[in-house]
Amino acid sequence: MNEHESFHHPGPSRTETDSPLLALDNLKTHFRTERGLVRAVDGVTLTLNRGEALGVVGESGSGKTVLSRSLMGLLPGSAVTSGSVKFAGQEILDLPMKQRRHLWGAEMSMVFQNPLNSLNPLMKIGKQIAEPLRLHLSMDKANARETAVALLKSVRIPEPERRLNQYPHELSGGMRQRVMIAMALACGPTVLFADEPTTALDVTVQAQILEVIGEQRRDRNMSVVLVTHDLGVVAGHTDQIAVMYGGKLVERAPTKTLFAEMRMPYTKSLLKSIPKLADPSHTRLATITGRPPDLVNPPKGCNFAQRCPYARPKCHVEEPALEPTADPNHVFACWYPVGSPEFTEREAELEAAGYVPATVAGVS
Amino acid sequence: MSDLGMTEADAVGHEDPYPERFLPHEGDQDDKAEKRKLGFAFWLCTAWLVAVIGLAIFAPYLAIKSPNVNFVQPGERPPYSPSGEHWFGTDQDARDMFSRTIYGARTSLTVGFSAIAFGLLVGGTLGLLAGYFRGKIDQIISFGFLSLLSFPALILAILITSLLERSLLTIAITIGILSVAPVGRVSRATTISFADREFVLAARSLGARHPRIIVRELLPNVLIPMGAFSLLGVAIAIVAEGSLAFLGLSVEKGPTWGKIILTASQSSRDLENAPYMAFFPIGVLFLTVLALNFAGDRLRSFFDVRELSL
Repeated sequence: MNEHESFHHPGPSRTETDSPLLALDNLKTHFRTERGLVRAVDGVTLTLNRGEALGVVGESGSGKTVLSRSLMGLLPGSAVTSGSVKFAGQEILDLPMKQRRHLWGAEMSMVFQNPLNSLNPLMKIGKQIAEPLRLHLSMDKANARETAVALLKSVRIPEPERRLNQYPHELSGGMRQRVMIAMALACGPTVLFADEPTTALDVTVQAQILEVIGEQRRDRNMSVVLVTHDLGVVAGHTDQIAVMYGGKLVERAPTKTLFAEMRMPYTKSLLKSIPKLADPSHTRLATITGRPPDLVNPPKGCNFAQRCPYARPKCHVEEPALEPTADPNHVFACWYPVGSPEFTEREAELEAAGYVPATVAGVS
Repeated sequence: MSDLGMTEADAVGHEDPYPERFLPHEGDQDDKAEKRKLGFAFWLCTAWLVAVIGLAIFAPYLAIKSPNVNFVQPGERPPYSPSGEHWFGTDQDARDMFSRTIYGARTSLTVGFSAIAFGLLVGGTLGLLAGYFRGKIDQIISFGFLSLLSFPALILAILITSLLERSLLTIAITIGILSVAPVGRVSRATTISFADREFVLAARSLGARHPRIIVRELLPNVLIPMGAFSLLGVAIAIVAEGSLAFLGLSVEKGPTWGKIILTASQSSRDLENAPYMAFFPIGVLFLTVLALNFAGDRLRSFFDVRELSL
């Protein structure tokens, strides 16, 4: 485990309200493997204010899960982190295990991807929820039980009292994920990391789970980091979206801005890959050809260039930096962004060649 | 039962997408119990084990002949063949084989169970630590297991038993030490399969410390398959005691199954003229080991939590 006992930072306090709750500066998380150094997260800079929801989007292997685990401090021993993560103004990246533990549950907690796996199969629901309450808030048994019922109620689980005495296998997937959320919320964290919380669930249950998370965020003035590969999921539930590709941030913008005027071709491709209800049946699904870049030997130039239909020679040589648009909150890394003359020119060429046109309009 | 199922369906119906038959309600338990049966053979094995263990425990209080008295019948040379008086016959010293088999079970079963208890305590704990912490701790512990496994078991047993007094405790611990590595490796593998699951990470992310995670989250999950596995271990330990007895290295005082079989087959003449002498204890040993193996195997698959939960 990752015990950095040599560092002794004081634990963060909630008194500083002017600074952002979470501020990442050039965060890098690399893994030492036999093949070499895997650059899972490679220089991510962003901020998150109290009460805000940030969506982290990207396909598999783009580093979004590692990003959220780096922030939580739940990385295996082979991970090497650098850069800075400030939580409520305090540096937490190299926090020793003992102090990190005070943050877990009480300040930041996490909801995992697979609700079938994230509850102990041999422990009753009530006990699992009560445990962090007794641990962090030193509640007595009766008090913890009462709070557990209230928590289950708040995530809209019917018959909460009865659930306390049930085992995880007696609940459906959606219910289990709600229990997981209740557990994560038990000690009133200020940040909730939701790592693909709905991927393993039914589409209808997905909406309910996101609803519950959003509701809790508003009620508790809590920040949420929602990690997902589905742009559709984050659309209605976040204030800000960070698009990741190959361990790097390639575009970040307020949600509305991003959907209205995305600049990065990758973001556009992601959005295009969502099947639309309005499409006639048997429409070919839009895909992004190729595979995500090798994180051990990342390509020269722009990470996405090899798969980007709009790439030009420059993209394969020089790496674009994150540049702000007119809106300072909207940054992107691309030489020929959506809307640039080169992009429009290539779009026309592609369209002439029969390439499926990218239609951004009509997607919520 | 049924009205509980109804309330659940009513309460959830409007927002849960699962149709009622998929809803987990009390009825599920019954369905599951119907599908997952331990089976007749399992209960037969259990009955046999209960009978043998019960007889062994209560032997001194039952109307059983003393195992050490010589029931010499005037004018006849022992061994005597099975009769109404001596169900299993007698050995060369005219001692009652039935009572000797039962008294032998006392020692043999005690050795078997306590050896595995020792193996579980030491090997199980080490395996749990190795599987949870991985890294250096795992390397050291796994190296220990491998060295134990590569050391010739018989030489180790002969060494210990010849140096120390051959008491019940010594024999049990000797076999226990030999079981540490196999039990530990299974415990390590089982732990790894659970330690990677998200509920362990979830517990960690809620601020639980290592001891808490090991004891509360992992131990109960690991204990079920380990418990079933150790039944198989008991069977192996009982046979191991038999092998030690054959080398004259088993418990010094009192009969054990291994020692009885040894006495019975000391000379080929005895085996030829009185095969029942060896046959009955061997039969009981065989059936007990078979029952332990089968029951352990059944239990292991029955309590496969992974299957159960999905």
